[in-house]
Amino acid sequence: MDFLIYGLGRWLHIGSGVLWIGLLWYFNLVQVPGLKAAGADGTAPGITKHIAPRALEFFRWSALSTWLLGAMILGDKLPAALLFQDKAYYPIGIGAWLGTIMFLNVWGLIWPNQKKILNLYQYAANPVSDAEKNVARRTAFLASRVNSMLSIPMLFFMVASGGIFRRAFFP
Amino acid sequence: MKNPLDSIWGTVICGLLLTSVLYNIVHYLY
Repeated sequence: MDFLIYGLGRWLHIGSGVLWIGLLWYFNLVQVPGLKAAGADGTAPGITKHIAPRALEFFRWSALSTWLLGAMILGDKLPAALLFQDKAYYPIGIGAWLGTIMFLNVWGLIWPNQKKILNLYQYAANPVSDAEKNVARRTAFLASRVNSMLSIPMLFFMVASGGIFRRAFFP
Repeated sequence: MKNPLDSIWGTVICGLLLTSVLYNIVHYLY
């Protein structure tokens, strides 16, 4: 059982997290500036129709699976970590809080606004106005940038919370 | 004042500063 949770679980948690944060950085480093350039020469629809929706599906589901697998690894220690009940849980507690805020940002702000921007799901038949899209675009952009910013300390505390790294950073 | 999150470098610098602040808080309390 320990092997499943701590071995397989951690492996899948990290793999899932790589997919999630990899796509987050792809959006911020590649797609946003790429769309700006594509908008100038009229090629943006190729990205918004075929690339962005696929990337967003992997993005939101990997965010969920990363969070669930992280919660599974912490198991009954999850409340203690989130409530900082023991010094040993301080680093992973910070990492878990940052990951939780980022996960809520994905499902509460980025995904609902991206659906409006890209005319997905309920907006496919009923697109919102251009004014509403502009508001959604700015909200999704800032939420995505906040997540990019938070990913830096989140990764540090995830790495610094385990094994020899914890002893190195928090002796 | 411009929002630092509008640029990639502003975002990275904010992330590094936040890491430093959180690390020092946890290190102090640890």
